Amino acid sequence: MQDWRALQKGMADHGYIAADDLAMAVHIALSLGRPLLLEGAAGVGKTEVARVLAALRDTMLIRLQCYEGLDAAQAIYERNYPRQLLAIRAASEAGETGKDVEARIFSDDYLLERPLLQAIRQPVAPVLLIDEIDRADEEFEAYLLEVLSEFQITIPELGTIRATTRPIVILTANGTRDLSDALRRRCIYAHVDYPEPAAELAILQIRAPEIEATLAAQIVGFVQALRREDLEKNPGIAEMLDFAAALAGLGVNDLIHDPMLLQAALGTLLKTQSDREAIPPEVAARLAGRAA
Amino acid sequence: MSRITRFAARDPGPAARMAGFVAHLRSNGLRLGVGETQTALAALTHVSACDPRETRLALKAVCAANADEAARFDLLFDSYWCTDGRVREKAVPREDKADRKSTNTRDPQGENAGARGALHSPGDGPDRASADGDGTGKLIASGVENLMRKDMRQLVSPQDISAAEATARRLAAAFRDRRSRRRRTARKGDQIHFRRLIRQSLSTGGEPLTLPRKARPDRPVKIVALCDVSGSMTIYARVFLAFLSGLMRADDSTDAYLFHTRLVRISEALRDTDPMRVLNRLSLLAEGFGGGSKIGAALDQFARGPARRFVNGRSVVIILSDGYDTDPPEKLAKALARLRKRGCRIIWLNPLKG
Repeated sequence: MQDWRALQKGMADHGYIAADDLAMAVHIALSLGRPLLLEGAAGVGKTEVARVLAALRDTMLIRLQCYEGLDAAQAIYERNYPRQLLAIRAASEAGETGKDVEARIFSDDYLLERPLLQAIRQPVAPVLLIDEIDRADEEFEAYLLEVLSEFQITIPELGTIRATTRPIVILTANGTRDLSDALRRRCIYAHVDYPEPAAELAILQIRAPEIEATLAAQIVGFVQALRREDLEKNPGIAEMLDFAAALAGLGVNDLIHDPMLLQAALGTLLKTQSDREAIPPEVAARLAGRAA
Repeated sequence: MSRITRFAARDPGPAARMAGFVAHLRSNGLRLGVGETQTALAALTHVSACDPRETRLALKAVCAANADEAARFDLLFDSYWCTDGRVREKAVPREDKADRKSTNTRDPQGENAGARGALHSPGDGPDRASADGDGTGKLIASGVENLMRKDMRQLVSPQDISAAEATARRLAAAFRDRRSRRRRTARKGDQIHFRRLIRQSLSTGGEPLTLPRKARPDRPVKIVALCDVSGSMTIYARVFLAFLSGLMRADDSTDAYLFHTRLVRISEALRDTDPMRVLNRLSLLAEGFGGGSKIGAALDQFARGPARRFVNGRSVVIILSDGYDTDPPEKLAKALARLRKRGCRIIWLNPLKG
């Protein structure tokens, strides 16, 4: 069976070059219907996987961004309180009875769907991206576990809502804290790393086809060399693409000939003061020279 | 491929082999259950199981659960499935790791003994000679004498305990609470509790007469204390131990550990109601007290072991140590970084800093 090769190729067609183990993990997660947990440094394209999968499957992408203090009201559902209040006032003017009003204001119309509820009520299985799950606190993680295993949500006034379709769930984490073993066990795991030079070159060529081959090779070599330096924040793929775009915008054809412009474009790669200091113009020029 | 392991003829089949592989991974520290074996088998039905490369990738996706395990997986896979055509014995080849582990735990004890011996000899030799010389020599000698006896009863006196306990209780109460990010109903709060407002307004015909509010409650943090009782810390240990026992009494969820060349959990011992019995139990537990210090190794052991279960984002880890370490500092840095990843706050109380 070469399904996962086909999947890898499909992802490449949508502009995502996936390494073998990532493609395989996505394939297994899809065929077993299990959530996929992607871990890796910031800027290696974890979130992008979900986007590409949604495009590939031609479905909706529903995104839940996690943060500390995220609770049910923001993740699952919330009542539309202002609308409920208005309805109650209007009903009392019209002389509606209490029972009718109650039935109405707790009906579906007054429910604001948040990502989790929205995801399980779609007619076509969507891609549910739970971004940066490690930022949410442990209580939420525990609740999420329940949703992910049963795919059902209980709302007191409406009863239990079962998933009409099983969403494709993708969780991302970049290791600000360890996730619970229980959550890890439920998921198929893939560690996303910075790409190999060849893969990165392929990404650059897909995303920015207007850049010449020699310059593209130089850019990738330079960024790869930069990642080997001792930096606080290694430049990710998005930064590399920004860098390429900046160079293209500045009209640079060769990294070595224009140290001034190279220095100017470095702002897209190095995002902290100490990193800027760690790579003075001479070092940048040397790295560029070696990359060429 | 000729490198693939040849299984014994009476081998019951792929399911059993998979179970064997999962057991092999488990014995190498991966946390897998029965469910994973099922998932792994199910996953193999979706790839061409005859191709070792695909099998490897598929099993990696199922069995590895973090970056570290993903990196180790290839070796573990090779050592089970690709043993150069050797016939597979029942015993797992890497099982010797368990053996190594046990010698590891025995090892520090051996070193303990060595360290203790080293401490004795300067105390017995030159110090005694200088004791009848000048006054300063005597001071040092008496300090060493204390070490030699290693008797906790001499280190902690009841008065000290009560004084330090009072301080500890105040301190514990002070940094126990951390503001929760979740909200719940409160009389005074910064947000209106809409859910409750609607419910209550139903009885008044939709007129919201009372405005229930919600605020962030304070939630207690959990304190985990690690106390260094190596040789260099002996003069402070008495105060610190009293401090610890004060902490333990102030709050039930507090956890305490001692470390010198290894880590000992003393929570149960410290919770004892009778202070003198506490000291007796401690003396028994703290074998190697006043010996050498391996802060890096002890913290690493803590971060890998107990911290997994007891430390989370709502914990404060207090380390009481002077930082004199026989391990390389990188090891300590790594252990602290690992601990930090649990999301806790770390407080290092260093007596040398005054």
